[in-house]
Amino acid sequence: MLSRVAERVYWTARYLERVENTARLLSVFNSLLLDLPRGVDLNWYNLVIITGSEEDFNKRYEVRSERNVVKYIISDAKNSSSVINTMRWIKENVRTSRDVVPIETWELINELYIFVRQNLQSGINKSTRHEFLDQLVVSCQQIVGLMSGIMIRDAGWYFLRLGHNIERADMVTRFLDVGAAVIMNDDDSPNREQIVWGNVLSSASAGQAYLKTTGSLVNGPEVVEFLIENPLFPRSVRFCLSGVKECIDRLPRNRKLTLSVKEVLAHSTRAFDYTQLGQEFRDHLNEIQMRISGLHNEVSENWFAVE
Amino acid sequence: MSIDWNEYEPDAFYDELIRQPGKPRPPARKLARYLSKLSAQELVERRDAAEVTIQQMGISFTVYSEGENIDRSWPFDIIPRVIDYKQWQSTEQGLKQRLKALNMFINDLYHEQNIIKDGIVPAHLIKDSKNFRKECVGIDPPHKVWAHICGTDLVRDKDGKFYVLEDNLRVPSGVSYMLENRAITKRVLPELFESVHILPNNDYPAELLKMLSSLSPRKIKQPQIVVLTPGVFNSAYFEHAFLAQQIGAELVEGSDLVVRDDNVVYMKTISGLERVDVIYRRIDDLFLDPEVFNKESVLGVPGLMRSWKEGNVALANAPGAGVADDKVVYALVPKMIEYYLDEIPILPNVETYLCEDPEQRAYVLANLDKLVVKPANESGGYGILVGPHSSKKMRDTFAELINGNPRNYIAQPTLSLSTAPTLIDGVRPQPRHLDLRPFILQGKSMYCTTGGLTRVAMKQGSLVVNSSQGGGSKDTWIVDMEKH
Repeated sequence: MLSRVAERVYWTARYLERVENTARLLSVFNSLLLDLPRGVDLNWYNLVIITGSEEDFNKRYEVRSERNVVKYIISDAKNSSSVINTMRWIKENVRTSRDVVPIETWELINELYIFVRQNLQSGINKSTRHEFLDQLVVSCQQIVGLMSGIMIRDAGWYFLRLGHNIERADMVTRFLDVGAAVIMNDDDSPNREQIVWGNVLSSASAGQAYLKTTGSLVNGPEVVEFLIENPLFPRSVRFCLSGVKECIDRLPRNRKLTLSVKEVLAHSTRAFDYTQLGQEFRDHLNEIQMRISGLHNEVSENWFAVE
Repeated sequence: MSIDWNEYEPDAFYDELIRQPGKPRPPARKLARYLSKLSAQELVERRDAAEVTIQQMGISFTVYSEGENIDRSWPFDIIPRVIDYKQWQSTEQGLKQRLKALNMFINDLYHEQNIIKDGIVPAHLIKDSKNFRKECVGIDPPHKVWAHICGTDLVRDKDGKFYVLEDNLRVPSGVSYMLENRAITKRVLPELFESVHILPNNDYPAELLKMLSSLSPRKIKQPQIVVLTPGVFNSAYFEHAFLAQQIGAELVEGSDLVVRDDNVVYMKTISGLERVDVIYRRIDDLFLDPEVFNKESVLGVPGLMRSWKEGNVALANAPGAGVADDKVVYALVPKMIEYYLDEIPILPNVETYLCEDPEQRAYVLANLDKLVVKPANESGGYGILVGPHSSKKMRDTFAELINGNPRNYIAQPTLSLSTAPTLIDGVRPQPRHLDLRPFILQGKSMYCTTGGLTRVAMKQGSLVVNSSQGGGSKDTWIVDMEKH
């Protein structure tokens, strides 16, 4: 398989996962807004910080309002990682790797792109936002589901899965970071723990699985442990990184990478005291993100930058 | 109301299907009868079915408009163009004969240049040629073949004979549409494939693969063959992807390939570097290798020429093959056939006046209002004077151009291109002008497509068949009458 095509397939998966998770992240904020008592400062700007785009945002927006943040994330043509731009990248990537990705996927991706382009405003407006975000999540899942149902399990498939899992692992840590940030910001409203961590759980569609597995009420330490360490839930950090490892094991020339991924997996799931979800915990999340990003660099170097 | 062939007026031109109102030509009889039996509604349904098929199959070509690339659906007319197998057989022989002679000519030019020494072709032809590559002198490509893939444009004049209009020896395109046109017609008019003996044309991909394999420097069972595309913004990207898929080759861009110090071409794969044997390149000579040609080119591969010269990789078509893609060379092809093959040319050229010859130039200058004047080295219909449609001012400009650089101009009489019934609006067929581009392959052996790509000028009276300028296309049937 050509390195360039492998790279495009990998990024297609990452971008698809990113669109879905961005929609999920915005949904969390949206429902927190409804659940938390009035007067609590939610600080939408956290979303900009979490996606690491403060500098770019501040260049073009003076007010860090909800509307500006949502606009920036969904429809800003100058934000290279806005939903609309990410969709454009997906389309361009698939267009040039159509021999690997099933034809039917190409049609669905076209449809989704048209939907996003035509409904940007409803993503920004409060009254229609929920519906718009829901549709994004469903469409992304539909595309991934189609791929998983009809793609031959060759290198192309494993690069796709690799992209999905790396992006998903990274995004889960960002969800957790949102939770920690909101809690640190607001320390006296009643039930805040349940509300915040309950929303983080549902952003990963993990509420049901959490209750079944832990049998306990929603509380910070257990939610965090579940979303990082649970070996069976498909959106936990451990599960995603194990997925990354499986893909790497199936690809050629993988010796160095198999060692690296083991290290990242061990570090991310090492014993950590989740009872205090303060700055130290956020630093821990940050460290995991750095290591995932390091893994990505190694993947690129090993398979995409062949000289 | 269904089609009534008595109402169809082929005018003064040769019509491919209908000899005179109500009288179809013999190979088209069953087709004409079948079409006239369809009700207006059925006809519309078939036409719509073709459009849906085109969209489903994603057959498109790219046009540039306002700085954006638009993928446009392929324009297609459901009434096929029919040619008698007997006439086709001799046409095919003529096409092969031409390409054989052209390849001997190119090889001669890059070696002894006997044809010049023997005074058949003037020496300045090469000196002034834009497409002569001095880098290619003395190279011996496999089988001494330079133009492996040739698309020759044929037109039919009033007399019903095929004439060669030009030979495209650089990177001719269109063959994917020929194949897709047939695939669409099979879905839209399936009944006719049972009753009419239509020769299949879908062996092209296998023949292309066979030809490309025959060029491989490594004599191994499965040589590594790639299709080199300038990328997704090229107007023929659809075809590049289509052909790569059909022959099971990787579709690569310049940046996917690398030439190492051993002068071997490799492609960058997830398993590391893999050796490449044959490159079917769809990039012009000048962009192939920034080490040798255009230094700015990012489409090509640095070192490609080194590797090719050493015989470590085959390029199809070979660099420098375009030297024969020249209107002056074209005019001399009949002489080449006699010179190299000692044969009589089977296919006639369109009568061509070379402006470098003083006598012919005088005739051209005196008859500018009747002739078509073309520059020798351009393709794609640029810088042409169509005499009967020109103003006095344009003719004066061309007279100056010709006198300034006579070698660079040729002139031809205006042709009466043949027509075929075409559905324009509604269901009444109208005559529209068309041409034909068969594709000829030469490697170890030769092959010619059964028929070719028929392009149609969709506007009344127009002779412009280019898809970028509103031209359409038809399926081309070679019908064997004796097997009826």
